[in-house]
Amino acid sequence: MHGDEACAEGAIAAGCRFFGGYPITPSTEIAERFAQRMPELGGVFIQMEDELASIAAVLGASAAGARAMTATSGPGLSLMLENLGLGVMLELPCVIVDIQRGSPSTGLPTMAGQSDVMQARWGSHGDYSIIAYAPWSPQEAFDLTVLSFNMADRFRTPVLLLGDEVIGHMVERVVIPPAEEIPRWERKRPKTPPPAAGVYHSFEPDPEDLIPPLPHAGEGYRVHFTGLTHDERGYPDMSADTHHALVTRLNAKIQRYTEEIIRLEEYAMDDARLVVVSFGCTARSARRAVREARARGIPVGLLRLVSLWPFPEAVLRELGKRMDAFIVAEMNLGQVRLEVERCIGRPAWGVHHAGGEMIHPEKILAAIVAAAM
Amino acid sequence: MTQATVVDTHPLDAILRADRMPHIFCPGCSIGIAMRCYAQAVLESAIPLQRHVIVSGIGCTGRVAGYMDLDSYHTTHGRAIPFATGLKLANPDLMVTVFSGDGDLSAIGGNHLIHAARRNVDVKVICVNNFNYGMTGGQCAPTTPLGAVATTSPYGNPEQPFNLPYLLAAAGAGYVSRWTSLHVRQLKQDILHCFARPGFTFIEVLSACPVGFGKSNNIPDGLEEMQLYRERCVIARGVPLEELSIDLREDSPIYVGNFVDRELPVYKPVTHVG
Amino acid sequence: MKAFARMPLNLQKMKVPRGIIYLIPERCKGCRLCLEFCPREVLQESTEINAKGYHFPEIAPGKDTNCIHCQFCTMICPEFAIFTEEIED
Repeated sequence: MHGDEACAEGAIAAGCRFFGGYPITPSTEIAERFAQRMPELGGVFIQMEDELASIAAVLGASAAGARAMTATSGPGLSLMLENLGLGVMLELPCVIVDIQRGSPSTGLPTMAGQSDVMQARWGSHGDYSIIAYAPWSPQEAFDLTVLSFNMADRFRTPVLLLGDEVIGHMVERVVIPPAEEIPRWERKRPKTPPPAAGVYHSFEPDPEDLIPPLPHAGEGYRVHFTGLTHDERGYPDMSADTHHALVTRLNAKIQRYTEEIIRLEEYAMDDARLVVVSFGCTARSARRAVREARARGIPVGLLRLVSLWPFPEAVLRELGKRMDAFIVAEMNLGQVRLEVERCIGRPAWGVHHAGGEMIHPEKILAAIVAAAM
Repeated sequence: MTQATVVDTHPLDAILRADRMPHIFCPGCSIGIAMRCYAQAVLESAIPLQRHVIVSGIGCTGRVAGYMDLDSYHTTHGRAIPFATGLKLANPDLMVTVFSGDGDLSAIGGNHLIHAARRNVDVKVICVNNFNYGMTGGQCAPTTPLGAVATTSPYGNPEQPFNLPYLLAAAGAGYVSRWTSLHVRQLKQDILHCFARPGFTFIEVLSACPVGFGKSNNIPDGLEEMQLYRERCVIARGVPLEELSIDLREDSPIYVGNFVDRELPVYKPVTHVG
Repeated sequence: MKAFARMPLNLQKMKVPRGIIYLIPERCKGCRLCLEFCPREVLQESTEINAKGYHFPEIAPGKDTNCIHCQFCTMICPEFAIFTEEIED
């Protein structure tokens, strides 16, 4: 199964029964898979007229209670960003898959890229926090999609899955566990029935985790969801104080739980003096380079970012204290390296390529050797 | 003279967020009238209130969702219709109404409008057409008549406007009507009819906007525009769709009524038992 | 009597409904639509004003019993500020 299909199957395994999307290379196969499978599952597959409509429909479906997803690539994600912000503001869980391609603009539609990292983090306007995972294999495309749905429902937020064309179109073995073994975290739902009078506070957070229970449309809660800054009832409130409190909470509810959200994978890190930081398809080359460097006696390890956002600052700061050098390998001109350097407080080596071909292990090995000097 | 009996609640407060009244619409603006017709229709619709959902976009009319004591979603500019589509398809039991303005639906939201019409997705659309962008202070919109003055067309609008019924019919809409905010009985009745009629329905409601459009196009007062409606409106029996365009400044008839009513397959997600 | 397609009204039995007018002065924005479109011209602009400075409607002199509960003022008011109820006598 290739990565795109695995991603769709992961969503289906996670109980996703609504997909709104628009064809775009290299993620179209996800939509095609859903078009095939949703009718059999009694789910909804709809090809919308554009990406703006796709994300809007996904948010609407989520408001009605469905686990909903869309899939696109760089150009589509650019069109979805305003409504990504709406999803953050309405705190509506959904999953947005970005199978990255050579960018910017139309770029290299059929070839891989990893240059949407900062777009995923800061693409929409305003201060907000986002959760984003980066699979490096079809199996992980399956697993991380399941995780993304659980995180989305757990934190009542959109979650991004940043794949790339290599992973999307590569075929590998994907083990699909039996349904009962698929972890499912249910959305936090209102504990009280609809109030007889007055409005249910759809945005009043539980103090312990800053996350409000989510009422769905049609349950009699007579909710009000607005993209305008709103108070706990959901009513528009144009006061600066309300705005500051709301935006602070929308960020805190995620930043507070980074340990629960962040996923990293370490390889040969125990006695490492140098560390290669990478993610997605490039991490496969990086692992090969690390293995070869180890064979030459260089104490280097690999830190693979399975989750890109929130960025694992604490781990990087810790490593910064004992690592002589950091090498960041990524198919863009330094977006993750920027973050790494911010955390370790000193320059890092970079192995960069703007996109279109995987970074060859030799290039990473050369950087390791140079950094080890 | 005697006082009318002073009270502090209105019968329709039962379905409004009365704690948010009075609403923000300007004196003489008729969005409140269209909103009232919708509220009355909802009450008379025999559909439980909890199944009614109202979705609106951005703009003056976009604020209507916030005043209805229903499940209400105030989404981004132009995206009310696809949001509503997602809501409806995820829970077909809901009666989903999109209540938004001419700019929101036919300018930035135009692509979604024509595709929803083509698809015949079961979403009811009420488009309050006040011929300009009111919320942002009176800019010209796709519905602003040729030559009309607006803040972004100080020398007269250089563009031909949409004839919305014609556009919707061409896009394949199954049900298209137009009323004005003076035709309160017909409008409420038509909304009720749309609730009962499966598939995509579109009702254009011509609406006075004295502050944004009227004052710079010699209809400075809401009342004046309503009087203009009274004089000029004609129920359009068999008038060809292409002649339904409007220019309030000319002394030409304003055709209202139902223009398109054809049975079409309602959009249903595909189901296939393997 | 020959059966007519439509039975003519019997004016003696016909009763013109009568209505009582209710007002929420604070909601009125002085748009004057109710004054204009009341078919019996029952309403006129009051000299008093509400908190926002708008002249809300009042019943014109001698028109206390002219309201026929046609509800046009109720339906035309954009502010949900006025409504009538039928008087059952």
